[in-house]
Amino acid sequence: MAPRRRWFEGQITYFFMSIVSNIEKTLDNAESLNGELNAFLSIEREHALGRAAELDTASGSKLNGLAVAVKDNICTKGLRTSCGSQILNNYKAHYDATAIKRLKDAGAVMVGKTNMDEFAMGSSNETSAFGPAKNPWDVTRVPGGSSGGSAVAVASGVVRAALGSETGGSVRQPASLCGIVGFKPTYGRISRYGLVAFASSLDNIGIFGQTTRDVADVLGVIAGRDPLDSTSADVPVPDFAASLDNDIAGKTIGVPRALLGEGLDEDVREKILAAIDNFEKLGAEIVDVELPYAKYGIAVYYIIATAEASSNLARFDGVRYGFRAEDAPGLREMYFKTREEGFGAEVKRRIMLGTYVLSSGYYDAYYSKAQKVRALVKRDYTTAFEKCDAILTPTSPDTAFKIGERSDNPIAMYLSDIYTVSANLAGIPAISVPCGLSTEGLPIGLQLTGNFWSEDVLLKLASKYETAFPLKAKPSIYVG
Amino acid sequence: MDVRKIAKLAHLEISDAEVALYTPQMADIVKYVEQLNELDTDDIEPMLGGLTTEGEETLTIREDVVIESLGQKAALSEAPSGVAGHFQVPKVLN
Repeated sequence: MAPRRRWFEGQITYFFMSIVSNIEKTLDNAESLNGELNAFLSIEREHALGRAAELDTASGSKLNGLAVAVKDNICTKGLRTSCGSQILNNYKAHYDATAIKRLKDAGAVMVGKTNMDEFAMGSSNETSAFGPAKNPWDVTRVPGGSSGGSAVAVASGVVRAALGSETGGSVRQPASLCGIVGFKPTYGRISRYGLVAFASSLDNIGIFGQTTRDVADVLGVIAGRDPLDSTSADVPVPDFAASLDNDIAGKTIGVPRALLGEGLDEDVREKILAAIDNFEKLGAEIVDVELPYAKYGIAVYYIIATAEASSNLARFDGVRYGFRAEDAPGLREMYFKTREEGFGAEVKRRIMLGTYVLSSGYYDAYYSKAQKVRALVKRDYTTAFEKCDAILTPTSPDTAFKIGERSDNPIAMYLSDIYTVSANLAGIPAISVPCGLSTEGLPIGLQLTGNFWSEDVLLKLASKYETAFPLKAKPSIYVG
Repeated sequence: MDVRKIAKLAHLEISDAEVALYTPQMADIVKYVEQLNELDTDDIEPMLGGLTTEGEETLTIREDVVIESLGQKAALSEAPSGVAGHFQVPKVLN
């Protein structure tokens, strides 16, 4: 049990408080900050206190009493799961996602569902039908997206860990912009059962933590084969938390220097170059690698992701669940009106783009082409991992931008994910860890990308870094 | 690009204002993704999904055991209109 105690470091009061009073405090914090931050779409007081009362402080289950926040596109039985959309505004899921069930079984307590870009389509949280979550470092700025609410809930100190989802960087990018740890697993590591589908070949459930240890503990519980998700792989789940303390001497970190040029914010570049030196000081070996096809990642992504989305979102038609437009004279009119009124602009843009690239006569030119370049992006990594254990880049090309700054320019918004999408295309794991503040005092994240199933290596490198070079500052809005 | 036609294929009824908004935006996005045309991919096998070798080898068929189903009541409970064990929709034929 000794290593498990570290979970509670900095939370000594925990031992003297019952789970119920601890969860009560978490709920109070979530409520008192929500007016300003809009991190939660629903705070589940009754559910959380009921669950807390069932847990015994001495039961010793892995995450006993840990409060977690969950992105609102992950199904929670009997509780609202809106996907940040009007079309599912009042939808209550009929079952728990596998990740939720496993968290519950391990003694974690779900305290609320978090704000997100509508159907996870966005990089700023501004496409949420319920208004954007705000960055706790500066409330005039975005927290990133699409899992912005989960990032804010962790960054503002309400919870230690939260679930998000990733299709092109939707956990890592907001983690970077909010100064916390954000993790994307290997495709197939965490069951997607109960994660509302956006682009099925790219989607993953991801994890936010105040520290790498928080991520490792949650991952250890939710990872592993699930018969309810045929794409979840039957691969052994190592003890992630146990690997954190190990030495990183001799680990090799690849740096694709060609990607640190044009389009990268000067402050971010400076901190990333410093981080490379810092890793060398910690005993890692730094080597040059090349990822020549990485620059095509966004183009590949916006073909494949929108194509899959246009198909996945066809199910929202006002028949079996969710919103239905009133006064439609016939069935067809009802479909059209329901989707027109229920979806926001970015979702419509992407559904239409996906419909276009899949439509007769265009399939080969766009979709097949993108699948081929996706293979090239993956091949880049296969080659690079022959000479390194992990690849270091920035997570985001810049720090948190102002709310409204990019909302009229889809491509500028899409480019926020330039460093993150490739891991989703290839299916490999990656993590974002804070590595300093900009001159304006905004967090900067470094990203480590690893080979398939090498989550333990990434967590160990990230943990070593955050321990040696912690981000000491706290956001201006942080629980008292 | 005929945005109105695409919207129709996608079962979206969009307004004139939306057509005016989306037409240039979608043209820009399509132009952006067309940068892939500068790559020669004739000899490349398309990558179909995100599965790893291990994922592909994982048995996708689970044990054929009876489990409790959702049930009619629950299945209808979230429907905007459910009547007598059915999902109700506006009339299909005029």
